Amino acid sequence: MAVKVIEEKCKGCQKCVKACPFDAITMQEKIADIGPACTNCGTCVDVCPFGAIEKLEEGKKGVDVTQYHDVWVFAEQREGKLMGVSVELMGEGKKLANEIGCKLCAILCGENVDNLVDELFEYGADKVYYANDPELKTYNTDPYTKVVYKAIVKYKPEVVLLGATHVGRDLGPCLAVHCGTGLTADCTKLDIDPTDKKLMQTRPAFGGNLMATILCPNHRPQMSTVRPGVMEKPKREAGKKGELIKLNVEFKEGDIRAKVLEVVKGLTEKVSLTDAKVIVSGGAGLGNPEGFKLIKQLADRLGGVVGSSRAAVDAGWIDHSHQVGQTGTTVKPELYIACGISGAIQHLAGMQTSKTIVAINKNENAPIFEVADYGIVGDLYKVIPAILDALG
Amino acid sequence: MIFSEKHELVRKLARDFAEKELTKDILDQIEETGEYPKELLEKLGKAGFFGIKTPLKYGGQGSDMLSYVLVMEELARASAVTTIWVSAPNSLGGGPLMLAGTPEQLEKYLTPVATGEKIMAFGLTEPNAGSDAGGTTSTAVRDGDYWILNGRKTFITTAPVADWCIIYAKTDRTQKGSRGISAFIMDMKLPGVSVGKSEHKMGIIGCPTSDIIMEDVRVHKDDMLGEEGKGFSNAMKTLDIGRIGVASMSIGVAQGALDESIRYAKERKQFGRRLADFQAISFMIADMATKLQAAKELVYRAAQLKDTNSPEAGTAASMAKYYATETCNEIAAKAVQIHGGYGYIREYKVERIYRDCRVFTIFEGTSQVQQMVIAGNLLK
Amino acid sequence: MKIIVCAKQVPDTNEVKIDPVKGTLIRDGVPSILNPDDANALEAALEIKDKYPDTTVTIVSMGPPQANYMLRECLAMGADDAYLLSSRAFGGADTCATSTTIAAGIRKIGKYDIIFAGRQAIDGDTAQVGPQTAQRLGIPSVTYVQKIREIKKGSVVVERALEDGYEVIEVKTPCLLTAIKELNEPRYMTVGQIEEAYKKPIATWSEVDVNLAPEDCGLKASPTQVFKSFTPPPKGKGEMLQGTVPEMAAALIAKLTEKHVIK
Repeated sequence: MAVKVIEEKCKGCQKCVKACPFDAITMQEKIADIGPACTNCGTCVDVCPFGAIEKLEEGKKGVDVTQYHDVWVFAEQREGKLMGVSVELMGEGKKLANEIGCKLCAILCGENVDNLVDELFEYGADKVYYANDPELKTYNTDPYTKVVYKAIVKYKPEVVLLGATHVGRDLGPCLAVHCGTGLTADCTKLDIDPTDKKLMQTRPAFGGNLMATILCPNHRPQMSTVRPGVMEKPKREAGKKGELIKLNVEFKEGDIRAKVLEVVKGLTEKVSLTDAKVIVSGGAGLGNPEGFKLIKQLADRLGGVVGSSRAAVDAGWIDHSHQVGQTGTTVKPELYIACGISGAIQHLAGMQTSKTIVAINKNENAPIFEVADYGIVGDLYKVIPAILDALG
Repeated sequence: MIFSEKHELVRKLARDFAEKELTKDILDQIEETGEYPKELLEKLGKAGFFGIKTPLKYGGQGSDMLSYVLVMEELARASAVTTIWVSAPNSLGGGPLMLAGTPEQLEKYLTPVATGEKIMAFGLTEPNAGSDAGGTTSTAVRDGDYWILNGRKTFITTAPVADWCIIYAKTDRTQKGSRGISAFIMDMKLPGVSVGKSEHKMGIIGCPTSDIIMEDVRVHKDDMLGEEGKGFSNAMKTLDIGRIGVASMSIGVAQGALDESIRYAKERKQFGRRLADFQAISFMIADMATKLQAAKELVYRAAQLKDTNSPEAGTAASMAKYYATETCNEIAAKAVQIHGGYGYIREYKVERIYRDCRVFTIFEGTSQVQQMVIAGNLLK
Repeated sequence: MKIIVCAKQVPDTNEVKIDPVKGTLIRDGVPSILNPDDANALEAALEIKDKYPDTTVTIVSMGPPQANYMLRECLAMGADDAYLLSSRAFGGADTCATSTTIAAGIRKIGKYDIIFAGRQAIDGDTAQVGPQTAQRLGIPSVTYVQKIREIKKGSVVVERALEDGYEVIEVKTPCLLTAIKELNEPRYMTVGQIEEAYKKPIATWSEVDVNLAPEDCGLKASPTQVFKSFTPPPKGKGEMLQGTVPEMAAALIAKLTEKHVIK
């Protein structure tokens, strides 16, 4: 496909220039000109009032897609345990396989992780391809690429899903090059086009400002890495069985060019306000310094850190290092929960770009509610325990 | 003015530096302690900010006046005091050397100043000779291979921490006014040199200013800068460069005040509306932005004329300094007004801006001196 | 030593905003910058050059002619020379086609010991071009490099970040390493190096210069296609939860879970 301007129809209105998310369109002698930054997203096709931009199918090199079957999930294991995202992908993979009308398979690499084969069956795998070798004990780019690539060539899956972990995002690109196919990174949504059974891969781009749906029409397998924590985990059916296919593994001299000397487990470090994904903040509404114990409880439960308003710092209830706002730290976490904070301008200035804001305040007219995604009017000493209960 | 890509990149460098290094925490700390962090000075030196126009062979960057202006502007947007540290080696410290230094003097003094290893102060002003620099009463008397210096210099920026100071002193007391003044490079560690206590200033906290007292200080004849009796002209030419420096500080500081005002006007709500939605406030901001742009154009033009050695450069520098510093004060005052009570407390940046910029219309030639220069050139 | 650094000019996505009414991207006044991870890649190369002064650092980038500005910035940070791969034929490339072009450019540059790339570019966030370029060049790669421990004869020892720690890897050279933010603190340009950067030539190469056929480049060589793109629905006005305290708490958790804000 390519996007093309029909010069006779273009009136030079520049709507496409403004709409293009990639700045790819310029005006050349009053006619829109699509430059090399174009990604064929088609935004301009939709905005053109004169139908002067069209999307063309182009004859492309590709493969005989009919030879490829089944949905594969790369079952990533570390230290003999399946990664959570791999389990999530079993659920998602099953959904896709059902829609296409094919089997769900897992491909597992490791050393003596036979127990995981059963686990994968219980999570819904119809088949498990299993490579067992000392070189596969921990992830290493070269041996993993070789083993999985050979399996893909031999068994021809039509979809391969990997978790968008530091492993999946290393292995995926290498496999895609060898298979001569495309790879869509860090997907947050997968669908099957009901008409042609192709995989529609949706992912955020531009720092989350834009979503794009990507197709891989003429090459196989269709490959995606999928963001952890987005897909639903399937129910585990104890005792469920499937077909086990053992993969033949051999490595020659020079096949493995890097050696993992050591794996070091990091301790979870104290997170600073600026890096925190979740911040629970308390303000004057706490009424006393003890209130921060409850704030901390909620922060701990959500894996976040404790923030505060200036009022609470000035009252001497908590150290200034926790202060969020104009005169404290500016933050932009995924989740900001403001408890007993009215929302003075100088506080709002430091937190209003947080992705999701929850406000809990007794006063329904508190300005904090104007920036909140979710507001709860009530006594935080009742609301927070209720939230902790709801979290289980 | 439309800048070349090269100058845009210089601006980007200074802007990136300001955003990353001149953070609120650091600036608050400077304001509180009165000390400018040594590591920050080292970083400024590493980015090449201390010798922008200084030739490569003397440890400088070999760039031009316009680059200097852009660096000053972008740094001042975050912190006025930082630009005092930057202007010292580029202008008042390095300027007299570049104008009159022998190759040996340049090697010995300019190189360490341009890299930031050493600090050179500029000793012109005296208790009784401010705008009237010709009224210098410090003296230098020849004694064999040495000159013996006596007198008192006042309001000398960086004096308490300087390694050297350019001293202007009367070498020929028979000559009147600005004649008979010579320049010397004086080592601040020489016997007989002492400094007064640091002044408690209204603003520009973090760069010490004090008196320098000279009592029979023996300066070697090799450390006379330029010809005997030509000191006054050296000082005046240096101040020409200095004027553009202060003008560029002013447009940067004013931009900082405007940035803060726009942000605040959009955030702050009164009577159920944003401040920005009140015409009284929005028109104030329109005026601030318009005057600031006019000031910027004057400053950039002065720098360009200087870079092309235009005969109009002197007047242009005076016009730029006069207009930019006055405008900066006007914009800062409006910024405080827009902030209301918050503008009067230290936690808000405009409070500091208001104090910092007050001196701009005073030092390196008051507004009235600039008017004298401009009028003098028109009416001669 | 000879080091090549892959760099990309990207729009500063932090500055991209959404038009609240039309739901489109506002790109006016969004500056183009050196991709942040690529700045870490360049810094890593320059640190090696600081230590071994006979090292040369060469930048290669694919992009429109405006990317020259970013290349000048790299030179002003201390790189020795720079090449821009620019042609209409490269347009519409996905990571697969991009890596083909960059690999061809690197082959033309010649011998190298280490290639550094940023982990990912902030406009696409794919993290694929680095390892794919290595595969095309037939050299090993290590992604997510957070520390360079040792440069040996014939190999380098690096730390590769994991989600919950790191691993120490020894990899044979020539190799490609992708840098993450934790690797280092990129240096500033200097005023003098900016002056110098504008005295250096930057060669621009098209597909012909790097011996690629037009059908091996850009859109034609891209297996993936953007089917559609759209802006995520704008953040609606806040929602006040209703009901008893336990009901509101439960509703909140349900909504946060649904939006994947909490797991």
